[in-house]
Amino acid sequence: MAESYHLLKRADFIFRNENDWEEILTKTIKRTPQDIINELISSELKGRGGAGFPTGLKWKITAEAKSAEKYVICNADEGEPGTFKDREILSRVPYKVLTAMAVCGHIIGAKKGIIYLRGEYHSLKESLEKTISEFEYYCKKIKLEFSVDVFMGSGAYICGEETALFESLEGHRGEPRNKPPYPTIKGYMDKPTVINNVETLAHTFTIFKYGAKKFYDLGVQFSRGTKLFSVSGDTPKPGIYELELGMSLQDFVNEFGDGDTKAVQVGGASGFLVPRKKFQETAIGYQGKLTGISLPTGGSMMIYNSSRSMFNVLDNYLEFFREESCGQCTPCRVGCQQLLIGIKAVKRGERPAQYLDKLLKLTETMQLTAKCGLGQSVANSFASIVENFREEMIY
Amino acid sequence: MEITRDLKNHKVQLSENAIALVKKICRRFNYQEGELINILHAVQSQFGYLPAEIQELIAKELDISVAKVYGVVTFYSFFTMKPKGKYPISLCMGTACYVRGAENILNEIKRQLNIDEGETTPDGLFSLSSLRCVGACGLAPVLLVGEKVYGRVAQADVRKIISEYKAGCLTHPTKE
Repeated sequence: MAESYHLLKRADFIFRNENDWEEILTKTIKRTPQDIINELISSELKGRGGAGFPTGLKWKITAEAKSAEKYVICNADEGEPGTFKDREILSRVPYKVLTAMAVCGHIIGAKKGIIYLRGEYHSLKESLEKTISEFEYYCKKIKLEFSVDVFMGSGAYICGEETALFESLEGHRGEPRNKPPYPTIKGYMDKPTVINNVETLAHTFTIFKYGAKKFYDLGVQFSRGTKLFSVSGDTPKPGIYELELGMSLQDFVNEFGDGDTKAVQVGGASGFLVPRKKFQETAIGYQGKLTGISLPTGGSMMIYNSSRSMFNVLDNYLEFFREESCGQCTPCRVGCQQLLIGIKAVKRGERPAQYLDKLLKLTETMQLTAKCGLGQSVANSFASIVENFREEMIY
Repeated sequence: MEITRDLKNHKVQLSENAIALVKKICRRFNYQEGELINILHAVQSQFGYLPAEIQELIAKELDISVAKVYGVVTFYSFFTMKPKGKYPISLCMGTACYVRGAENILNEIKRQLNIDEGETTPDGLFSLSSLRCVGACGLAPVLLVGEKVYGRVAQADVRKIISEYKAGCLTHPTKE
């Protein structure tokens, strides 16, 4: 177990300059699609939005799908509370993202890319569109048929879920679809679609430039490469940091905590709360290890010190979920409401402490029966907060 | 500007100009149902909000049901059926802001303006709404007036910010 943990290692790939994007694009699209896909697969890059699906495999399946029309979509609907990395990427290194989208289009046979930009990031739109027109001009020059549109989100957290995002792009309410079929077969407009997080696309640029080995050599087993972390909460240095995956939470807190860290929420509202006593045994990375706890994250790291009430934190998360549940499936719609009512009733003494166990059961049901990741992941923060800070929920 | 509101009956009267403008926007998007969200954005940016009468008009133009338009309008928090103030105040209630005291700020604004969330002051200057994480967690708590971002806001700052806008309004009385 010890070998898979390592100390906090800073890295600098994502925000390193992108001046050579034209060269990288020209060079990469001369390679065969199979060759590029193999390189991505061997880098073991996994989706950086939080779910961690192997990127190379996603591109491969979509490339193999038979359809005259395919799409590449960049998911920039960064809505997880405490995450602000995608905004930085799109404002500082947009060409990396566009290059990655064009290469993906070249591999899978898509001529159109769409960036689904979070409504709150409206201020980025203008400069992004300017960058895109310069990018498209270069594509034409090298005879690569690829165009990119920006679509503005309209303020709905659920649209970060890929199938809800497609619905929204098609002009509907952002209600998730049933899976399967997966987007690789039936995505936007029911056509095979690659949908990747902004950061994932930026990482593929690193791989095209330096090769898979360079990327693979960073991080630990099952969690290769680097990741951007959005650090906020009770920390003297909030901001965005690129770190190698696989560090222990203890090392993270030593670096970013304010000396009085009580708990860290890893992965935003849909993630897990880790109390101080578990910092040492918790690593940040994708699941897959046989021993130890490994937490995946879209990059949100919220630090709480001992002045924070965990009841208030949970109350805020549940209010968020109640508000953002799309209302389509009952477990999520009613579950979120009941959880919020429930913890308030326990706090006020109107319900016995044991009622919390009933609520925990409810989250298990939601995890099993909710239609999409939103309802399924309410259990993560609920259980990890209630189990570790039960007394704060009651008194 | 082109909508007359009958406050008593909650009805609005669309001027011919307004109707023409909505129709023009629908035409610009080729009456495509798939462009509904873009159309709504374009229309709202002209009128400031999307009253039922405008939704009916859009539905008619695109040949889709009013329920479909209403469903989309009410799903997304960016669309509003009530007019917003000249200075729309939004407070981030994301977790980072929340734990750093956003609720106190929200209450202070309510007290200062004497309105609740989702309401507009009678003089039409300010409206208040809460947002979910604007992605500026490093600056928590965050308050927005229009698109201007105020970071690390303290309860005591609220009065100052509001009075700045009130004063600005007084010096530019003609600026609509």
